[in-house]
Amino acid sequence: MRWLQFAIDVLSLGSAYALMALGLVIVYGILRLVNFAYGELIMVAGYTMYLVSGSGLPWLVMAACAVLMSVVAGIATDYVAFRPVRNKTITAVLITSFAFSTLLQNAALLFISPRPRPVPLPEIFSRTVEIGGVVTPARNLITIAVAVVMLGLFSWLMRATVLGIAMRAAASHFTMARMLGVPANLIISSAFAISGLLAGVVSLLWIGRIGTVVPGIGLEPLLIAFIATVIGGMRSLQGAVLGGFLLALIDTSLNYTLPQELLKFRDAFTFSLVILILLWRPEGLIKGPASGRRT
Amino acid sequence: MARNLATLVILGALIAALAIGAEATGVRLFERIAITLCISLVLVLGLQVFMGNSGILSFAHIGFMGVGAYTSAVLTIPAQMKGMALPDLYPFLSGVQLSPYLGILAGGLVAAAVAAAVVYPLMRLSDAASVITSFALLVVLHNVMTNWSSVTNGPRTLFGLPKATTLPLAAAVAVAALAVALAFKESRTGLLLRASRDDEIAAAALGAHIPRLRWRAFVVSALLAGIGGGLWGHFITSFSPNAFYLKETFLILAMLVIGGPNTVTGAVAGASVVTAAYEGLRAVEGAITRAGIFREQVVGLTELTLAVAMILVLVLRPGGLFPTREIGHHLFPARRAR
Repeated sequence: MRWLQFAIDVLSLGSAYALMALGLVIVYGILRLVNFAYGELIMVAGYTMYLVSGSGLPWLVMAACAVLMSVVAGIATDYVAFRPVRNKTITAVLITSFAFSTLLQNAALLFISPRPRPVPLPEIFSRTVEIGGVVTPARNLITIAVAVVMLGLFSWLMRATVLGIAMRAAASHFTMARMLGVPANLIISSAFAISGLLAGVVSLLWIGRIGTVVPGIGLEPLLIAFIATVIGGMRSLQGAVLGGFLLALIDTSLNYTLPQELLKFRDAFTFSLVILILLWRPEGLIKGPASGRRT
Repeated sequence: MARNLATLVILGALIAALAIGAEATGVRLFERIAITLCISLVLVLGLQVFMGNSGILSFAHIGFMGVGAYTSAVLTIPAQMKGMALPDLYPFLSGVQLSPYLGILAGGLVAAAVAAAVVYPLMRLSDAASVITSFALLVVLHNVMTNWSSVTNGPRTLFGLPKATTLPLAAAVAVAALAVALAFKESRTGLLLRASRDDEIAAAALGAHIPRLRWRAFVVSALLAGIGGGLWGHFITSFSPNAFYLKETFLILAMLVIGGPNTVTGAVAGASVVTAAYEGLRAVEGAITRAGIFREQVVGLTELTLAVAMILVLVLRPGGLFPTREIGHHLFPARRAR
């Protein structure tokens, strides 16, 4: 009984974490850019939900709007924070993405509000389901299902479509791929768009747990995605998914076992773990393709 | 050498002129802004010591500022206040009451000691891995500050620090930080480190022990950050762990990036420009709020503008205002050797 509960917790949390990590690593894999503005894509989707909530549209249409906006924001990241400094140092790119993240967050502060805003949720999110004698929120099962669908879709995209193959080629050797006719800008923009798509979907699931959106909502998913990708492998898509589930396993186990006064320090434990893993295996658990250059 | 002295004298004189000017007007607001600027200078120069010389972006700096601020707080809050401000403090610390000047110094030393103990292994990493670890370090430090209730009063505001940071003190520390940053840059360690910044492989091939060099720079950097934190703590007198997190990190980075991370002059210029812009924009925010154009209080305009400025600087002038040469080198260009 307890084990089933544990398994569902790990799987549902891991599904959300895996999607978050995947959105970060798709950009990193190709561009070697750690996108600090990734969390803000989740925020953008959340605020879109808030803004369209009065429209009376069906929830799924609103959700589609939110995901679309976060895709747009993802592409905007490319144009504002990345493309102008692509040829410059890696530090410059990191700083622009950090600045863009601050920009989006403060835009939300300025134009919407520093206070939490409610987000419409479908009725099914608040229901509970009983399986095998365990009562669990339906939200958890939906998260797992959505993750399975998204991961399936994503692996089909990466394996079977021209775009996916071109992106994988660009990730392994950017210059060579360009010489063979892969359009660089298109590939990079697509990576950001996919990153936005994943962020949008994650946002719906993530905000579904809280029901409100605040300007700083992106920080936690960003940190989670960081840890998961570092554990799994910064340049490997499978690694990111694996890292997401491993992190969920670690977090949930700590939740179940750590005494209350140590639980406060859980983040300190997990981040120390990140530092240790980076030192022990800078490539993460699963190695990606040989690194190429960005330009 | 002479030109570095010239840089030190010019920048030091500017800071002194600013301090005397602000003091002479007698306006409280100017004095406050000048103190803020001097404290920011100490922090930005600290970051410059590491980032400028090693070329590695570090997010952890503000965390060490927090270490300094809390150390100084624990050592200087008057004994009779401690029962209220820090109810769970360890008994052996509750009787301690140092003068704030010693407290600030101790803050710097403890920050440097923590950095020295923790960061050595991180210095082997470059690029994205190093940035993520420094980010992780910031999160760890913030998490510890937020939850170590016996020393930091947890996420709540810690109050009761004696007010000790006057404008002359802040200005003097800023000038000292300036001297440290310039001396470090021209030292053997600084020179080798800059070589590794420009070409890691070539520098290593010439025998530079890069992790050790970076570690030294980081420790000096944390020392300055801790002292800056102590100064700030005795200026503001009450603060919570959230004062040492991403918003402040962004501000310090903006100062350094806009000024030019590779030069000490850039750090000074960036801190001055950004402080001026920050105070100006804050005033604008206040004015808009009072005018009642929006229903709620206006927040975020300042950071928004700074973020745009930062992106523009990186796109249009990637090296910042002073990309490679110190002000002394601009004023006294090198003569061609005969």
